[in-house]
Formats: sequence, C-alpha cells, structure tokens
Amino acid sequence: MHHTAILFLELGGVILALGILGALALRVGISPIPLYLVAGLAFGTGGILPLATSEEFIATGAELGVILLLLTLGLEYNADELMTSLKSNAPSGLVDLVLNAAPGVIAALLLGWGPVAAVAMGGVTYATSSGITAKVLSDLGWIGNRETPVVLSLLVFEDLTMALYLPILTALLAGVSLLSGAITVAIALATVTVVLVVALKFGDWIEKFVASPNSEVLLLKVIGLAMLVAGLAQQLQVSAAVGAFLVGIALSGELAHDARALLMPIRDLFAAVFFVFFGLQTDPAKIVPVLWLAAILAFVSMVTKLATGAFAARRAGIGRAGRVRAGIALIPRGEFNIVIAGLAVAAGAHPDLGPLAAAYVLILAAFGPLAARLTAPLVAALTKSTPAPH
Amino acid sequence: MEIEQTALPGIGLKHEFTTHTGRRIGIVSHRSGRRDLIIYDRDDPDRACESVQLTDEEADALVELLGAPRIVQRLNALHREVEGLVSVQIPVTPSSPYDGRTLGDARIRTRTGASVVAVVRGDQVHASPTPDFGFRAGDVVVVVGDAENTAAVADILADG
Repeated sequence: MHHTAILFLELGGVILALGILGALALRVGISPIPLYLVAGLAFGTGGILPLATSEEFIATGAELGVILLLLTLGLEYNADELMTSLKSNAPSGLVDLVLNAAPGVIAALLLGWGPVAAVAMGGVTYATSSGITAKVLSDLGWIGNRETPVVLSLLVFEDLTMALYLPILTALLAGVSLLSGAITVAIALATVTVVLVVALKFGDWIEKFVASPNSEVLLLKVIGLAMLVAGLAQQLQVSAAVGAFLVGIALSGELAHDARALLMPIRDLFAAVFFVFFGLQTDPAKIVPVLWLAAILAFVSMVTKLATGAFAARRAGIGRAGRVRAGIALIPRGEFNIVIAGLAVAAGAHPDLGPLAAAYVLILAAFGPLAARLTAPLVAALTKSTPAPH
Repeated sequence: MEIEQTALPGIGLKHEFTTHTGRRIGIVSHRSGRRDLIIYDRDDPDRACESVQLTDEEADALVELLGAPRIVQRLNALHREVEGLVSVQIPVTPSSPYDGRTLGDARIRTRTGASVVAVVRGDQVHASPTPDFGFRAGDVVVVVGDAENTAAVADILADG
C-alpha cells in the first residue's frame, strides 16, 4: 500500500476511535483523558494494534498538543489575576505544593529511582488537572459556591508554579552539571520573570500586534507567536510548554477570549493526539506490575489533596461541607501530570516512571470526577448534621 | 445592603448579597457572557443550592421584570410630589393686618410650612425676601407649598 494511504488509514482510525471513546466518556460522565490514554496503550508498543507509519506525525502532533494545552491555559488567566492569587493565596499554595509533591517524591526515592526522577514524580502527584476540575465544578453546579474561588486560586497558583517547575525539571532531566544546571535554572527564572513583567507592563502592545477583526488572521498570529516563543524557550532550556503558557498570559481580555474560542477545536484535536502518544510510548505489559503502586499513590494523593482543600477553605472561613468539597474538586489529575511524565520519559528517566504515571493518571482522571459525584450526597449529609447558624 | 464581589480566575466574576430575610443570592458573570443566578443553601451557606443558567436575553428579561416596576414606582412618587406642589399668588389687601408689618412678623413658614419665594410690588419682583421685608397693601406674595398650607397662608395674610 502507498505510504500516504497507510498514514491516513492509521490516523483516521485513531482519531475516529478517540471520537467514539469521547462519546462514551460523555455518556458515563467522566473525563475522556483516561480513555485516550487507554487508546494509546492499545495502539502502541506491545498493544493490540501497533501503529507503524503515523508514529512520527503523532509525535509531532503531541508536541503541538502540549503547546496548545498550555497556550489555552495561559489565555484563561491574565497577569493581574496571577499576581493577586500569588499574593493572597501563597500559604495555601505552599501547603498544596509540599503536601502533594511529597507522595511522588517519597515514592520515587523509596523505589531508588534517584533525585531527578523524584523531582519529576513530585510534579506528577502535585498538579491538579485544571481542565477536569473546571468541568467538575461546572457539572455539579459548584461554580457559585463560596469555596470555589479558593479552589480556582489554588489552580492558578499551581499553574504559576509550573512555569517555574518545568524549566527546572527540563534542566535536571538534561543531566547537566551542578554549575551549568544552576545557570540554566537562573536563565529560566529570569526569562519567566521578564516575560511576566512584559506581559504586565506591555500586554497592550502585544495585544495591538496580535489583534485582528479577522478570525483567520488572529488564529495564525496567536499560534505563530506561541510556537515562536515556545521554540525560543526550548532553546533556552526553559521548556517549550512554558513559553506557550507565557504567551497565553500576555494576552488578555476580549482578545484572549476570542483567541481561546478559535483555538479550542485545534487544541482538542492535538491534546487528544498527545494523550494517545503518551499511551503509545507506554507498554501496557509494564503497567500491570506497577498498578498496585499507582493505586497506593493515587489513594495517598487523594488524601493529601483533601487535606489541602480543607486547609485552604478553612483559611477562607468556609464551613465543614465546603472544605470537603474544595478537597474533592482538587483530586483529578490529568494533562499536566502526563506532560511532566512525558518530559521525563523523553529524557530517558526510569523505565517504570512512564507506566506508573499513566496508571496513576488513569485512576485519578477517571476517579476524581466520579468521587465528586458520588460523595456529593454524603457532603450534603454532613451539613444536615451541623446545626444551622441561624 | 452590601454587595460582595469575588474574582473567579479563569471563569469571571461573582457578586452576592444577603437579603433582609437572611437568604444569600448572587450572580456569576462568566467571561463568555453567560450569567448564572445562584441561591445559597440555608443550611450550608457556602453551597449554591440553585444555579440557574441565563442567556443574555433571559438575563435582560429578568432585569426588566425586577427593575421596571421599581422605576415606575419611583417615577410615580416623584410625579406626585411635583403634582402636589403648588405656587399661589396672594394679594396683601389694605384691610390685611400685615399691611405695614414685616414678613418675620407673619411667621408664615413656622405656622404653615409653606414658603414665600417672592413678593411682587408694582412691576418689581423681590425674590427670596428676608424676614425684615415690610409688606404694603397692593403687594402680591408668591407662596410655594401644597394646596392646604398655601390656603392657610392666604388666611393669615387676610385675617392674621
């Protein structure tokens, strides 16, 4: 068969399968991310239907997916919001970081994977999936709740932490020496700071450059700019993802809203490709031995997120039921965790890291929203047992 | 009434307040233009027990329903006030006890509540006369008040 024919047959089959899985996820009421991962496992090395020709395209598409995921995430926030959140929620944000990075770090150290893998695993257990959490909040009608601003602020804090964490991880994974590593990290932090300052002070100029009444022009300009900065960031070892994230932050207001609406369909396509790609790289046979480990890790990090939510909500003066809800909303893990694991796998971390991260995210991306749904009546009962204040 | 405003990063803004009966209600304004009308639970004041999603059109309709009668009410009240306000011109006759006495002696505002805004003498208008202004027969006193107290002023100027 002709090369192009095989390429299209494979890609068409994969994408159509993702569409069907997405429909299934929608019906069951869970995030499609775990199903995309499963699809990747099925198509990949050691899977039931290995792909041969399209793997190169999928690899590039996956890189693009990461950039688009981070770009659209950045577009959701503006620099002011990030700064306000950083100032008012620093204590809760730090508790979140320490409590939730700990399970991953400790697990990696206990397994003897070394400090670099420990930093990567810390990231895998730390980040809540802002995408899945936003959907949970919306689906359960929790957006108006008084603990929701607390949850959202924590997500913003996590994303900002990522902007610093990803460059550091990239530098560590590159296996650089202590001195040049420190230099790389310093460059990374300086770049992030400069871009944030530029976004705060000169966001108007960037917006003036990008803005266009024509949606086609706007789309091309935003994607072009994001890729250019991502490439530049990668060259400086800041991580391409962070570059795209910062471009998203620099754009705000009506423009950001329009750009996000335009980017969403493209993002959905390439983000799905990214999750498949991660699955492709993971041998399903290797997941089974680490499944019990992933389950323990998932359980421990559910408890630590519940504690984080309770702590943050308590600081904001939220009642008992609200504190539990805040914790539940924070449980889902998803895109970021896979992005981190993907970086580590690409850099040749411990061979078990990929399968462990995949199983871990499979559990929490699927179980997080379900947990929220199932515990909602229990939380309501918690309220009833407390006497009303008036 | 205090309206509390909270930023919802990535979503939009939330405004909420407590009604006089102790219920807490709010509006979530999404960046996309979507509006959610939320009502908080009595037992769990942190939880929105009702969340009604409104389109632009529905939100406008709600505003109109809630706001329009109030505006009409206020306009009516304002109109009534203007309507009830009368200005009358009362002559000082030669038989008036105040011919040759001062405005201060008549103590018009104290006794009736109406105000003397001007006195017309011949073709001269004395606007905002002071208490030491002396009346003369043939003056026309311009009084602003309601129907009742302006009539009382006419009585005072005629009979004391």
